[in-house]
Amino acid sequence: MKNIAIGAYGISAAIGKSPILQEVSLQIPSARWTSVVGPNGAGKSTLLKVLAGVLHGGQVSGRVEWQGQPLSRLPSRQRAQQLAWLGQSEGSADDLTAYDVAMLGRLPHQRWMAPPSAADHAAVEAALRTTQAWDWRHRPLAQLSGGERQRVLLARALAVQADVLLMDEPLANLDPPHQSDWLQAVRALVSGGGTVVSVLHEISMALQADDLVVMAAGCIVHHGACTDPQTHAALQAVFDQRIQVRQLDGQWIALPVVPSAAPRSLS
Amino acid sequence: MTESIVASAVRTDPGRPATRRAVWLAAVLLIASSVLLLVGASVGSTGFDSVRRMAQDPVSLQIVWDIRLPRTLGAWLAGALLGLAGAVAQGLFRNPLADPYLLGSASGAALGGALAMALFGLSPTAAQWLARLGVAGMAFAGAAGAVMLTLVLARGVQHTLRLLLAGVIVGVVLGAARDLVQVAMPSILEPMQVFLMGSTSFIGWMACALMLAAWLVCTALAWGLSRVLDGLSLGEATAASLGLALGPMRAGLVAAMALATGTAVAQTGLIAFVGLAAPHLVRSICRMTHQWHVLLSSLMGATLLLAADILARWVLAPQELPVGVLTAALGGSYLLWLMHRRTRQGGVL
Repeated sequence: MKNIAIGAYGISAAIGKSPILQEVSLQIPSARWTSVVGPNGAGKSTLLKVLAGVLHGGQVSGRVEWQGQPLSRLPSRQRAQQLAWLGQSEGSADDLTAYDVAMLGRLPHQRWMAPPSAADHAAVEAALRTTQAWDWRHRPLAQLSGGERQRVLLARALAVQADVLLMDEPLANLDPPHQSDWLQAVRALVSGGGTVVSVLHEISMALQADDLVVMAAGCIVHHGACTDPQTHAALQAVFDQRIQVRQLDGQWIALPVVPSAAPRSLS
Repeated sequence: MTESIVASAVRTDPGRPATRRAVWLAAVLLIASSVLLLVGASVGSTGFDSVRRMAQDPVSLQIVWDIRLPRTLGAWLAGALLGLAGAVAQGLFRNPLADPYLLGSASGAALGGALAMALFGLSPTAAQWLARLGVAGMAFAGAAGAVMLTLVLARGVQHTLRLLLAGVIVGVVLGAARDLVQVAMPSILEPMQVFLMGSTSFIGWMACALMLAAWLVCTALAWGLSRVLDGLSLGEATAASLGLALGPMRAGLVAAMALATGTAVAQTGLIAFVGLAAPHLVRSICRMTHQWHVLLSSLMGATLLLAADILARWVLAPQELPVGVLTAALGGSYLLWLMHRRTRQGGVL
């Protein structure tokens, strides 16, 4: 039996009166990379926030366990050391330099208002080098492009050096070379015993993961290995059979289904 | 010496260009403040003569010791409070246009002041310090009450947009209440105008001591919670994921902001633009984490208001300009210039 890093049981969530998640249960195996996919509004980001323990209030019911103990009873500092979270289009931190932003990832490890230790500096440097953001570490985020900014935010999440890394749309604005850099970083984390959960819109990138969670309308439709034909079938079903999963050079990729196979005219 | 004290008080990485610049800025502001404090003691309706004859002439000594010095120091402290509150407000609301008066404290203080003048027949021009304390005390109570009202209307500090809206609403309603008081008692119109424009001419040693105490408390609070402002710049969920207890920490920052603003407004009236411009000025010179930013903004606000106050006393001497008018004119044109410069460089404020 695989070890469970995070377990969620009977999670329901609502924003206002519209339900986002309906009685969702999910077990994330540790030392594996799990990707969450599904159409817009399926509740992927909300589920990720619940798993990270950053969504509070009366709108969420259910139970989240981290390594068998309730996540809500974990002290917030300890939770922050164990679970790193990267959100999508959050605040911009325009005035901080890339280095300062990455250093914020070390907050859970520092005593309050204590200056950063050598270990903190080393972790930040390693994270910024991983995302190739080291060269412009002294530039404020306001002067960076969308993709460069995303690489800094990614480095911030990596700098936490948590056992579990939860990422929402980590590839937003990244160009192909940096997408494959990200892929390598995730693979390195997982082979080092880390657990990665990512919400992805790029289905072909999601299929690079170990496991796939397919969501639709606030429910989990399927949870299985990325190489499993059943997973592919669930994936195609949830996207209205508008994509097809094919194998190319040993990798699984998703292609759009073109309505008519007839050759396109040039006019 | 100053540099090393400042540098050891905050997290540093001396090799970084921004840190070096921040240390320089702190040193320059401290030196400028010291020079301005000396200048402030020598400028006034009787000029430098009073300083020269201080040793022999008791009247000159009184002018320098009881009027010029507390006023000069008071202008510095009020500016420091406003600069600090402005930096906290802009960080807390993640909005570069946020200013210290945002939570309704300005209109609350004005209403409190108006009520004091109407009820007790006090006027800010009254010489007795007891009378002044009446208006200042009521203004502080009004500012504190308005912030409380804003917090109640916004149901706590959790939701920053609701907090902003509640502040606007409280400002409008209390402003209307003040207008009513003024209509009922037209005799307070003139002293109210002085209060609304802002003036440092009523600051005595007592007010200085109060402002110094408030400044020490607020600076310690804002500095100690500056990491929250850094975390919040990445968004609320990320800040929460970093283990920051947002609720109580945000409450602490709102308290620091309200106390700083309330104290300054109670002693000097509504001085415009210092709280808004000081953090922008600091940011245009060096972009640092908030533990630097709140301290530098406070020093910048202090230096700005003191310089403006000296200018206001000197330009038309022996006549005097209201310092609030001067800060509004200078601060406004500076922000306009900054906006144009930044726009040309491809950024926005």
